[in-house]
Amino acid sequence: MSRDQLLHKVRTALGRSAGQEPGPPPPVRIRIPQIERTERIAMFRRQLELLAGKTESVRSYSDAAGYVERVLAGRDAVASGSAFLVQCGITALAGVRSGFTSSADLRAACATCAVGITSADYALADTGTLVMLAGPDQARMVSLLPPVHIAILPASRLLTSLDELLSIVPDPAQVTSAMVLITGPSRTADIEQILVRGVHGPGEIYVIILEE
Amino acid sequence: MSATYPPTIESTMADPALQLAVYTATGRLIAKRKNAIGGDLLPDFEELRTHANALKRHTIENLDYYLEQVERAVERNGGKTVFCRDGDEVADFVLNLAKERGAKLIVKSKSMTTEEVNLNERLEHHQLEAVETDLGEYIIQLAHERPYHIVAPALHMTRYQVADLFTKKLGVERETVVEKQTMIARATLREKFLAADIGITGANFVVAESGSVVIVENEGNARLTSSAPRIHIAIAGIEKLIPRAQDSAVFLKLLGRSATGQPLTVYTSFISGPRRARDMDGPDEFYLVLLDNGRTKLLADADKRESLYCIRCGACLNHCPVYRKIGGHNYPWVYSGPIGAIITPQFAGVQQDPWLPFASSLCGACAEVCPVKIDIPRILLELRSEVVEGKTREGSNRWELLAFKLWAWVMRRPKLYEAFGMLAASVAPSVESGEAGPRWIRRLPGLMNAGPAKAWTSERDLPPPPERSFRAMWRERTGTVRH
Repeated sequence: MSRDQLLHKVRTALGRSAGQEPGPPPPVRIRIPQIERTERIAMFRRQLELLAGKTESVRSYSDAAGYVERVLAGRDAVASGSAFLVQCGITALAGVRSGFTSSADLRAACATCAVGITSADYALADTGTLVMLAGPDQARMVSLLPPVHIAILPASRLLTSLDELLSIVPDPAQVTSAMVLITGPSRTADIEQILVRGVHGPGEIYVIILEE
Repeated sequence: MSATYPPTIESTMADPALQLAVYTATGRLIAKRKNAIGGDLLPDFEELRTHANALKRHTIENLDYYLEQVERAVERNGGKTVFCRDGDEVADFVLNLAKERGAKLIVKSKSMTTEEVNLNERLEHHQLEAVETDLGEYIIQLAHERPYHIVAPALHMTRYQVADLFTKKLGVERETVVEKQTMIARATLREKFLAADIGITGANFVVAESGSVVIVENEGNARLTSSAPRIHIAIAGIEKLIPRAQDSAVFLKLLGRSATGQPLTVYTSFISGPRRARDMDGPDEFYLVLLDNGRTKLLADADKRESLYCIRCGACLNHCPVYRKIGGHNYPWVYSGPIGAIITPQFAGVQQDPWLPFASSLCGACAEVCPVKIDIPRILLELRSEVVEGKTREGSNRWELLAFKLWAWVMRRPKLYEAFGMLAASVAPSVESGEAGPRWIRRLPGLMNAGPAKAWTSERDLPPPPERSFRAMWRERTGTVRH
């Protein structure tokens, strides 16, 4: 094992000794501009739509479910275990599969369904970003395997920026094994710099903001 | 110092299609970056660069402390840290793990660190299939090439070349529409993701305090690689550490904008160990491989260790007039452009490719755009002098060295220096007579044009010495000269 040897080489190179404390690191640099909720919503929608994402602002659970139903247009979908989706009545929609208790079943459903439906733990207004914390109700695959991703979140979860997120979740490792920031549909420009969406992740993304 | 440049540079420059491809692609990336940092979009861009530099400096200067810290944090998260000296050790670790777990198929997402140690070839040598999943990396893996660019690996290839490649390697019908080519790759790779036993990713940042690995990408292949297979291995150079998760904000704001003009890339993952007890999916095992592979050698050089601050955005490549002409494959190693020109000689030794630090006009564009403010031109100059010193030490210019030593000795002794000046003036032809035209030194008799001195004087000229020296004139004016 190279561990001790490697650490020894590093210390020798730096002229440090084992167990020596470093001086204080540069201060944390977090700047959070104050932006009104209505402006945050407008900003989020503008930013995500610039990236070809679709957004909708709704006032009730049933409006949210109605919008999802229209997007689905008869296609089958897999929904995450989020209680918020149940509350919106989305898990009761025709063609929506949910309530998985087996990882293998969930994965198989995600691999075949046309649409994945999730809540989002937060969203960031200035970049049009969704924030997902993996956990018992938030499987990684639902927002990843199906070609279309629909996310619903209450407006209260809409933050201004990455800086605000990291002030609320200063250490993601404490709350989840995987925090993912999603900014628009999956894309590539690896061949002749021509933009193609949906290369590995969803090529279409819909975000519904519920303003209570 | 003369350097011999690789002859392949000539053919790159004589290839109009390639020239256009590289020039256009880098030009677009320049414009995208500019559009993402201009004016109101990110008014504190400069401040962020300064802060990023300070964070990197601090972490690198105390690296042993943060390495031990991250090891504990990864363990707390339920993962394991593996320190590797070189590519052999990385390959051994992966091979042993694959053997123990009965793994056959490995999916990989883009990682320059694994390119550095040729991990794929090493694994394939042992009958393990390792598939690149980033579209550009997948293409160059099929073509058996090296990445042309840190951020855009297949930047040099046209859709027609990709069409031929897919037909030949995947047995699909020839397809030249880029959207359809992309979907062919999606379908092929999707099967691999779902069947793979091990996923290997790189890491853009590793948070020392919390053991989180931060990965940025646009395609979703790194998300799939890190979450679909039952084992996730993240491989990073030891320099990728940052102290706290909150520090990632500074780097993420710089990285996407500098690389592709994106305020944030499509996906930014903070991965902190394997799946937790009640998670519905995610890997069962997580390993963080921290690789030295020569980095400790760089670390030992206080003047040049800032080379390790690099966050691999590729902005210096795009803005470099040399990269834009000679492209990525003329650089001797996986890291191309200005950052490659300073990193490669420090990893491989300056005499390996002595031309490298000289392939620069020192225009400074790289340093101007570097998000972590690495002073690339200064390091290029240091490397140049190391190349020259190395040559001198080898003894190829012993006479020149001796002559300069003598010259230095004389210059430190003003009276002697003046005497030499007078001597030179007496042997040199006078300016007035017209004999002192160009290359007068070659018309001098004797030693100056013979033996080892000839090598010097045949290629060089000196202005003829004046009849009266500055010192003499000064003495006449003031009556004194202070020694």
